Amino acid sequence: MLSSRGFPDTVVDSGDLHGTIAAIWRIESPKLIARLARMVRDVGRAEDLAQDAFVLALSQWPDEGIPRNPGAWLMTVAKRRAIDQIRRDDTIHRKNERLAHELSVSESEADFASSYEEIDDDMLRLMFVACHPVVSREAHVALTLKLIGGLTTAEIARAFLTSETTIAQRIVRAKRTLAEARVPFEVPTGFDRLRRLSSILETIYLIFNEGYAASAGEDVLRPELVEDALRLGRMLAALMPDESEVHGLVALMEIQASRMRARVGPSGEPVLLLDQDRSKWNRLLILRGRNALMQAERLTGSLGPYALQAAIAACHARAATPDQTNWQCIAALYDALARRMPTPVVELNRAVAIGMAVGPQAGLDIVDRLLDEPTLQTYHLLPSVRADLLFKLDRISEARAEFERAASLARNARDRTFLLARAREGAQKDLSDPLP
Amino acid sequence: MRFAVLVKASKESEAGVLPSSEMLAEMGKFNEQLAKDGVLLAADGLQSTSKGARLRFDGGRTTVTDGPFTETKELVAGFWIVQGKSKEEVVERFTHAPFDGGQVIEIRQVFEAEDFGENLTPEIRNLEERTREHIK
Repeated sequence: MLSSRGFPDTVVDSGDLHGTIAAIWRIESPKLIARLARMVRDVGRAEDLAQDAFVLALSQWPDEGIPRNPGAWLMTVAKRRAIDQIRRDDTIHRKNERLAHELSVSESEADFASSYEEIDDDMLRLMFVACHPVVSREAHVALTLKLIGGLTTAEIARAFLTSETTIAQRIVRAKRTLAEARVPFEVPTGFDRLRRLSSILETIYLIFNEGYAASAGEDVLRPELVEDALRLGRMLAALMPDESEVHGLVALMEIQASRMRARVGPSGEPVLLLDQDRSKWNRLLILRGRNALMQAERLTGSLGPYALQAAIAACHARAATPDQTNWQCIAALYDALARRMPTPVVELNRAVAIGMAVGPQAGLDIVDRLLDEPTLQTYHLLPSVRADLLFKLDRISEARAEFERAASLARNARDRTFLLARAREGAQKDLSDPLP
Repeated sequence: MRFAVLVKASKESEAGVLPSSEMLAEMGKFNEQLAKDGVLLAADGLQSTSKGARLRFDGGRTTVTDGPFTETKELVAGFWIVQGKSKEEVVERFTHAPFDGGQVIEIRQVFEAEDFGENLTPEIRNLEERTREHIK
């Protein structure tokens, strides 16, 4: 494994060194790329420079040992290369001379250590660039995981069950688009700031959901993606401590992640919230989520969509048993959410809450209004929710048909099995307990 | 993956000597970076064992012993819970922790649900059922 990275085979305790250097890349590369991007004004070039510095590290560290402050070492090497490149460009263009001079002045380790605040600003700029609207959502996800999360292309490909080539091409294309569009390396201001912040939040939540509710493949959960999304969310919250919705998103993810252990049954099948073994909920994550929600509430009088969803999740977390759930409170929060975010999916969730707070018929009335909704035509949760409400109303054969329809729409193998089981449950009830 | 990082006790920590303000400032900076990197889940320092107690379970009998305890190197004086993709990542982060003077810290991986495998069923499930009955 090591020799493929260009190590001599004589490295002492090579397994450790390989892991250590991979770890250093994960920890240091985002800061490195962020700082370099500000210097060279091009994210793609910044990443190349960071990678070049690592290649040098890979050839030197096995013999010379890992420096005491690897981040500073890499930064010094990469900055020097950046200056060389800028000088080389200068001999062609005869400009930027002052820039190159200014850059060469600040190279020391001390400079690196004392400028963490500036690195914070650069990290935030990098997040905004990675989620810039000139590139696609899929590219936002890949760029964010790679540049800010420090993941390798192979790790991203594995997490999204796709080939390394696909991800690599997606990233290359995105970086080219960013360079061609001359996207400035800055944090937007005014209305643009809010609009583009929501695109960062959306990207992080997409990553989270791909880990928490895998849309395709055999497994319901991919815990590594959940952890990556949480890490990115917490990083953003540290960089933008005054944005309520950032804390709202973190709160939502922490509380949802707290249920991970309970979300999957012994044979890998999904377990619904109300059927979950609550003793398996992670109390530390619930506590962290509540704290983040309190931050979000402190910063605004009217919670945004993520914070509202977090408040709903917190309501569930507060109930020691399912029958202690405060459905009135949850239904009220869904009403607020539906006003802030009037989407069919929110409406569907509101139907579930109303179904619990008021009764299955009230829930079904809302669901039936969604039946013609074009965006929900292939969404397995619409028939699934409808089936559950019909089941509670003892309309068993209709419920069974809806569960079967839901199963045929589910993209995840585990979800499909689960829904078919519920359809059979309906069939059994149908036989043993025929309707009048 | 989650890891617990355990700070071993020292003569000073057992004597109730508080960290110097420089040490606290350094540690604050170190923790701030962990938080900024999004990996810090929890952290706390523990008071000396003279304020603690030990419970020993043997053949249905429980013996309670008050602190202090003497085998300093075996004692824990503080902990972090952090998130990481590998042990190496956590080791790398904590090589920069502001310790000195022979201080030892120990990195341990936290069990995740999948690590328990078959052991979680069915007896433990029954136990959990009973626990929930109590809560009701």
